[in-house]
Amino acid sequence: MIRTFRLPFRTLQGFLGATALGLLATASSGAFSGAALAADPIKIGVIAEAQAIAGASIPQAAQLAADEINAKGGVDGRKIEIVSYDNHSSSADSVRAFQRAVNEDKVNAVISSYISEVVLALEPWASRLKTPFVTPGAASNEISKSVHADYEKNKYTFHGYLTSAALAMSVCDAAKDLLVDQKHMKTAVIMSEDAAWTKPLDVGYEECLPKIGLKVLDHIRFSPDTTDFTPIFNKIEGSKPDVIITGISHVGVQPTVQWKNQQVPIAMFGISSQATNETFGKDTNEAAEGVLYQGVSGPNVAVTPKSVPFAEAFRKKYGNYPSYAGYTSYDEVYYIADAVKRAGSTDADKLVDALEKTDWEGTIGRVQFYGKDDPFTHSIKYGKGLITGLMLQWQDGKQVSVWPKEVAKSELKFPSFVKVTN
Amino acid sequence: MLAFQILIDGFAISALYALGATGFTLIFGVSGVLNLSHGAIMVAAAVAAWAAASVLHVNTYFGALIGVAVALVAAFATYFAVVRPMQNSRLIPNEEKEIFVLTGTLLWGIMIQELIAYFFTNNAKTVLPIVEGVVDVLGVRTPRNEIFTAVVCCFVIGLLWLLVNRTRTGKAVLAASMNPRGVTLLGLELTRIYVVVWAIYGVLAGIAGVLLGMFLGVSSYSVGPLTASAFSIVVLGGLGSVSGSLIAAFVVGYLETLTAYLVSPAYRTIPALLLLVIVMYIRPQGLLGRR
Repeated sequence: MIRTFRLPFRTLQGFLGATALGLLATASSGAFSGAALAADPIKIGVIAEAQAIAGASIPQAAQLAADEINAKGGVDGRKIEIVSYDNHSSSADSVRAFQRAVNEDKVNAVISSYISEVVLALEPWASRLKTPFVTPGAASNEISKSVHADYEKNKYTFHGYLTSAALAMSVCDAAKDLLVDQKHMKTAVIMSEDAAWTKPLDVGYEECLPKIGLKVLDHIRFSPDTTDFTPIFNKIEGSKPDVIITGISHVGVQPTVQWKNQQVPIAMFGISSQATNETFGKDTNEAAEGVLYQGVSGPNVAVTPKSVPFAEAFRKKYGNYPSYAGYTSYDEVYYIADAVKRAGSTDADKLVDALEKTDWEGTIGRVQFYGKDDPFTHSIKYGKGLITGLMLQWQDGKQVSVWPKEVAKSELKFPSFVKVTN
Repeated sequence: MLAFQILIDGFAISALYALGATGFTLIFGVSGVLNLSHGAIMVAAAVAAWAAASVLHVNTYFGALIGVAVALVAAFATYFAVVRPMQNSRLIPNEEKEIFVLTGTLLWGIMIQELIAYFFTNNAKTVLPIVEGVVDVLGVRTPRNEIFTAVVCCFVIGLLWLLVNRTRTGKAVLAASMNPRGVTLLGLELTRIYVVVWAIYGVLAGIAGVLLGMFLGVSSYSVGPLTASAFSIVVLGGLGSVSGSLIAAFVVGYLETLTAYLVSPAYRTIPALLLLVIVMYIRPQGLLGRR
């Protein structure tokens, strides 16, 4: 009996399926006729380090932004579609993904990577394939310098995050208030990983730290594949600085844990990209306590009215607060959508023109790009009223803003093994 | 002061290297297998211990045990799923079996590495140390965990020595490493000995992995370098020679520490690799190699 029941049901299913397919075929052939063309999605390729602490937030945040825009009806009726590719932190994989994104998946713009080496490898491809390309997290000065040097060719690349030069300025501005004025610190050692983004960062540090009153006693650059930081910390301790100024992104968990395990009595302050992700606390078994890091936004910090709602929505959806590159990636989807709307087209050159005129209040501040004549063409502008960055500290397992004053939620707090001058 | 610092730091890292390389060389000595999934098994142990403590919130000791258990399971999986089928296969000519096992374990290691990266990201994880805090040793502020690491390594290596030299099973293992055919003639089953050796290996790699996770931290990126360092220590010491590996581990450990302190942390691994090249030229069988 069951058999006799099932048979006609299946036939019915098959019939319905065929009809649906037929309808679909008619509909898609219809899509090529004028009116329906406007409803084609705006495709944004997201190529990122999905397996890395700082990179994982990039595709997640982009998807969140796209979902929000689509829920409100999209851009002139066109939905935003995010096409994600995991680049395994490799430049070669990223280039292949970029080619695939443009040639096969026909994306209109690309958001990619927090690693400068990767972005520098993609920049010529953005030029060759004439596709607008924004990075949410790489910092090397060279990215926007190349745009300045050969504008016509490289104008497709936008630097959606602060340059290393601006990052150094942001760290120094914060250090002046927090370390020099508040804690009367006088000396520092720079500790940075050997990578493309830290070269200009270190130049910036060397220049601005003495100006704010921190004498640089030593400068240690180490290989990004270092695992044992004992000799490095011992060497730093030997020069007896008041603070360690960091420039780390590829490493983060290991130096932080070893800093705590060895009870290095010196505070760490500077750029520590991995510390920007909420999962860093758990990854270091809470050794992050007391670590100070520069950020463009952070949990519970209302840099703009959009910052906190985004961070909370992200946490609700993915279970943790985003890394710094999550904030920028989210903003980028929005201002790319805004540029498409203003340009009235996804044509690459028109989109570049529109992106150049971006004036978007995002989660990290007010986003505008430097122009053709500025040395850092297409990099986001740094300064009051635009983007200044923040200084945050890991306190009681949470990321708490401590600078600038307007958004500070707490004073500096250090674990007992850290000796701070007063 | 600096001398003591180098002495103490160098000892801990060397002891850890020694433990990691011992299992690796034991497997080669007994069954002729160069297990290139070694690093992956160590990392799997460390990540499992981390996940047990940080995600499932079990206590540190139990977490460490879970780590070792995972390494044991991974070692058996390597033997039963990868190595044994290839060794027994009739499709692979005998003279090519070694290279097949080599490639097989390498790919197996990459699979484990990718799985770890997929589920736990490629960022470093550090296992919560069993003992926390620091003590003053000869004027050097030393983490208690570093001392703990060195003590456990020496203790486990000592146990292994007792096992090999003082127990029946151990003697059978030793005999198998010298003359496998002779062992079978004595009525001992070679396969059983192999299983025992892989079990010992799993435990050694697991302990080394968990200790490494506590001492320095590991990520899926550590897989390659860990295999490579075990490999070069074992080659330097003489393939298959456990005591050679122990000596080589201390040579490499101290050479790296000396370089890091006296030259630059950035060049840490270079002198040890140069030494390996020189040894390959003048004494290709390694420091204490037999063949």
